[in-house]
Amino acid sequence: MTDSRRILVTGLSTYWGGLLAKALERFPEIEAIIGVDNEEPTVELERTEYVKVGAQHALLRRVVEAAEIDTVVDTRLVVDSTTTSSSKAHENNVIGTMNILAACSGPDTPVRKVVFKSSTHYYGCEQDDPAFFDETMSRPHQPRTPIERDIVDAEASLGDFAETNPDAAVTILRFANVLGPDVQTSHVGLFSLPAIPMILGFDPRYQFVHEEDVVHALEHAVRNLLPGIYNVAADGVLALSEVAGLLGKPYAPVLPPWGTGIATSLLRRVGLHVPPEMQMQLRYGRGVDNRRYKAAGFRYGNTSRETVIALAEHMRLHPLMRGAGEPYRYEREVEEFLRWSPHVRSARTPDGSGLSRDQLAELRRALGELTGEEASALAEPPAPAPDPEPAPPPKPKPRKPAAPPPRPGAPVDHYDDLESEEVISLLGSLEPGDLRVLRDYERDNAGRSSVLGAIDSVLARSGDASGVAPGGTP
Amino acid sequence: MADGQRTPLSIREGKPALGAGAPLPALRREELREHLPGVEPERQLTDWGRSERIEGLMDQTLVEFFYRYWFRAEVEGIENVPANGGGLLVSNHSGALPPDAAMIAKAVKEEHSHPRPVNITVEHFFKGYPGFSMLIPKIGCVAAHPANVQRLLFDEEQLVLVFPEGRKGTEKLYKDRYRLRRFGRGGFVEAAMRAKAPIVPICVVGAEEAAPVFAQMNLMKRLTGLLYFPITPTFPHLGLLGMLGYLPAKFKVRFLEPIRFEEEGMYEDKALVQTVANEVRARIQENLWDMVSRRKSVWFG
Repeated sequence: MTDSRRILVTGLSTYWGGLLAKALERFPEIEAIIGVDNEEPTVELERTEYVKVGAQHALLRRVVEAAEIDTVVDTRLVVDSTTTSSSKAHENNVIGTMNILAACSGPDTPVRKVVFKSSTHYYGCEQDDPAFFDETMSRPHQPRTPIERDIVDAEASLGDFAETNPDAAVTILRFANVLGPDVQTSHVGLFSLPAIPMILGFDPRYQFVHEEDVVHALEHAVRNLLPGIYNVAADGVLALSEVAGLLGKPYAPVLPPWGTGIATSLLRRVGLHVPPEMQMQLRYGRGVDNRRYKAAGFRYGNTSRETVIALAEHMRLHPLMRGAGEPYRYEREVEEFLRWSPHVRSARTPDGSGLSRDQLAELRRALGELTGEEASALAEPPAPAPDPEPAPPPKPKPRKPAAPPPRPGAPVDHYDDLESEEVISLLGSLEPGDLRVLRDYERDNAGRSSVLGAIDSVLARSGDASGVAPGGTP
Repeated sequence: MADGQRTPLSIREGKPALGAGAPLPALRREELREHLPGVEPERQLTDWGRSERIEGLMDQTLVEFFYRYWFRAEVEGIENVPANGGGLLVSNHSGALPPDAAMIAKAVKEEHSHPRPVNITVEHFFKGYPGFSMLIPKIGCVAAHPANVQRLLFDEEQLVLVFPEGRKGTEKLYKDRYRLRRFGRGGFVEAAMRAKAPIVPICVVGAEEAAPVFAQMNLMKRLTGLLYFPITPTFPHLGLLGMLGYLPAKFKVRFLEPIRFEEEGMYEDKALVQTVANEVRARIQENLWDMVSRRKSVWFG
């Protein structure tokens, strides 16, 4: 475990950035998660703060320094040339990476770790490839497609960064082709066709990684100190004909082995976009050696085969479930209301299931007694009892000047009568000082992990970093 | 788990300009072996693309016919093939579409007390040629890349068959039969030393006469994009199937005493690697002359 506590996630609005931030929110020891991107997040986030930045991330250094970021996770690499134009991809992949690394370097930078999401497109697909690329191998030929060139360039700038910043641990994760129900890649597009197009006379080897494993792999790199390059690809290399079999679809060798480029440009006219890097993969395929990351303690949830089966199941079910889930849309005003408004009692429990007004008052009184009694007993400066009115919202920047210091709590009958859900629903309206008292009390007595976790997360959300003691979590 | 230990950036192989150089933690290869992916019994292919079904089908029909009835293969010294662990089989090579590889693999399967699959290394060319690219991996062939040989020998502890002569052996003409070509750059010895796997030299007699090459057509080779375009008794006038039109020469396969490498780091000594490569070549050549000189008839042995 490392001390990654203040994390910056680039590419928050990309699929991976959003999911990673969401996954990291679970860990109370992580104090701050800041996501930057030039578009709005696409997943619902609880305590991640979104900062809108330009495409080139030019002002990132100020964010990094102001928030004392110790870990930067760069998830914004474009590895699929169908998603954007090649000049935009270059801008994002090469220039963007350069600027992000520039923001993390320097003699007094707080950044201690950089995690970079890369792709096995780094290795390319050629005739004279080894059957399994390992991390020490470089590609046998110069990159042929723009996207591969970008990835090689981006990784080269990470290499330079690692050399000039020996104090920072640089982790590069090279992901194989990602499949999953929620992610849209050009390969998912290919596999959703009624038949799998192939190049006549070729049956390339493919290795996949499940979308959940991608998020877990990034999370693993954030939570452990793993400098170096790692391939992330699930166990098992499948032949494309095998993939078609698992999907329950016929394969159609419609692409000619010679003049494949012309054929794909014709296919593009009819709406099927086979990007150049995919053409190479459809011809030669690629397998990578995934053992190094496994040796670093990572465990895959799915094999390549299971990944394809999961996709197949989703594809069969998808037409029936269309329109079931509303996509999440980020609205700044709503997000800020949910985070900072005094009227929001808890982000976790829906309105109405909390306590009645009387119970609320009772808890307040109990807490007042608690802090008051203690203060007099220990003959310390009297701690201010909480307001009977709803407390002002805990703002991240202006801290409350006189928050009572943490101390062990005394048993309070009223408090013990409350259910854990009831306590949790109250936490949002309490001050950080009270919360700390409550946490210590809870830990010494009932020790309900749900309550402790909730208190910690509220404390972390309020920006009161000092409130989260390292050992304070169960 | 990571221990923060870091090796210098120079660990990367190949051209440094292309390699991104974040430092790699030093990991001994033995530790990685236990992380090899497990076998999924539902699958019909291995990770190398080998298909037991297609290989078995070929084995029971075409290979069986040639091995038993057409070439009437005779095997000696099969006990020299290790029953477990990695092993590097090194053989002479000949014939337009060389039948020797399939016969050696079949010999191990038929005659050995512990029949094991043999991975046959082939030129990278096959991966790039339509049709071959699909079929060749299915029947147990892998590209002759040092990393592939290393993984098979050391990590997966399998048998690997290499032809160090490469295409120099198969494109040689009938008049040069049984005269070994240069043995590459000794890469096969290095691979065996790295994996500490024994080298088993193999002599095959009969393949030269089964598929004699009378001439090479360079123009046709360029037009078809094939590795080479030979003139044999049945090719090209009988079409692609003519490639399988072998003459019924008697096959004799002799497995020689294995050469073992026990010491650590022997592969770093380039001179030693070359010496061993030459030694292997000399042994095969010597035994080939011996076998040819004892042979009374090309067709009946």
